[in-house]
Amino acid sequence: MSEIKIRIRGLKKYFGAKKVLDGIDLDIETGTGMVVIGGSGTGKSVLLKSILGLVTPDAGSIEIDGVDVLKAPRGQARELRQQIGMLFQNGALFDSLPVWENVAFGLLAQKKVSRAKARDVAVEILAQVGLGVDVAGLSPSELSGGMQKRVGLARAIAARPAIMFFDEPTTGLDPIMGAVIDELIVDCVKKLGSTSIAITHDMASAQRIGDKAAMLYEGRISWSGPAAELLTTPDTVVDQFTHGRAHGPIKMALRK
Amino acid sequence: MKVLDAVAWLGAAVLGAVEYVGELGMFTVSGISHVFRPPYYPRQIGRAFMEIGYFSLPVVALTALFTGMVLALQSYTGFSRFGAESAIASVVVLSVTRELGPVLAGLMVSGRAGAAMAAELGTMRVTDQIDALSTLSTDPMKYLVAPRLLAGIIALPLLVLLADILGVMGGYLVGVYKLGFSSGGYLTSTFSNLQAQDVISGLIKAAVFGFLIALMGCFNGYRSRGGAQGVGSATTSAVVAASVLILALDYVLTQVLFAK
Repeated sequence: MSEIKIRIRGLKKYFGAKKVLDGIDLDIETGTGMVVIGGSGTGKSVLLKSILGLVTPDAGSIEIDGVDVLKAPRGQARELRQQIGMLFQNGALFDSLPVWENVAFGLLAQKKVSRAKARDVAVEILAQVGLGVDVAGLSPSELSGGMQKRVGLARAIAARPAIMFFDEPTTGLDPIMGAVIDELIVDCVKKLGSTSIAITHDMASAQRIGDKAAMLYEGRISWSGPAAELLTTPDTVVDQFTHGRAHGPIKMALRK
Repeated sequence: MKVLDAVAWLGAAVLGAVEYVGELGMFTVSGISHVFRPPYYPRQIGRAFMEIGYFSLPVVALTALFTGMVLALQSYTGFSRFGAESAIASVVVLSVTRELGPVLAGLMVSGRAGAAMAAELGTMRVTDQIDALSTLSTDPMKYLVAPRLLAGIIALPLLVLLADILGVMGGYLVGVYKLGFSSGGYLTSTFSNLQAQDVISGLIKAAVFGFLIALMGCFNGYRSRGGAQGVGSATTSAVVAASVLILALDYVLTQVLFAK
């Protein structure tokens, strides 16, 4: 049996009276790609932000390598979370910095390399995501959406993270560019041997980048299984969501 | 029912105000603590210094120059009724160094650099750039806030020093070339009544105002929510809060520095 890289138990996060996460239980095995699907506003991003420490959960535990980061000393929790690289939905590139500095930001922040060396490293990583050296000096605002995602991916993999998070990696891209980004994600995760969690609405993308999948519904994981079974599972909630049916249990829940 | 609604509204307003003050207090303490703790980001400090200091030079210089000119003109109009025209140079230099220099420079920088800070940090917040910093082993308070606080504290006294010089020069230009004072007499009158404490008190005020401008710009930007509208609100709040605080603290500082 594979080792568990991230173990989540009873995770709860409420915003006022709204129960966004209401007892999440989820295991992500080392080296596997987990895709979390679910409707808008169901707490997928909150789940990722909770693991990253950007949101403080109200209850539950999040273990990384067997250590509960919610209870661990701050320094240890920070070290564990430093294993995580994140591709944000809109890229979240620093628009005051050129592309190469975005990619090498983590290296420069940790003061491990000189600026000249960091630029060389950034150019190498940009090449891995299919971007040429001519892009390195541009401002993020000069890039297309697809290129911004690639730069975001380059930034996420620059520190060779053991864990990677992808927040809606194909949102806002045309189907071809979406497939290109998915290929890059699969390639990068495979090369680094990382464990990954992706959240997405895009079923084609989910099946391309995920080994396993989980459905987040009403604050809990209502279904989990192989990503290949997303479109064939008899689970009525997943079936309605993945096939985009207007009628079914999800709509009934919304009408309450 | 209406009474209960009013009580509920009042309660929510009080809770909101307490929450705001509490958040601001924690943000201030955190920001100050990060100013004194490494790692430091010299490039960020330099960039913030340019933003607050260098790019505010023209607006502060023009404001100070014209304020000194108007002050000399208005003083002459009033003082000539009592035959006290000779006091104009003293009034200009004391008003500019003690009050008008730091306050007007503070208000101008608040409108320019404070708004820019709130807009930049607000945009970074709503586009997840601040969250991205955290995922890249970088504390946003240390990288974004501490350099701006430090730059504000250093840059505004330098701007005020320039404003003092230009304000006095404005008064000199009007006094000598329009009102007919002799150049030597005006300068003698200016410097004979000026004490080091007048200038230093203005610079102390400037350092406090610089801190306030950066603090309110960063705080409102950092906590902005809800896209373009949220960033707009944060920018307005930053300028209004900094301006009001500058005027209120000016009174407090004047009381502390000149009370007898």
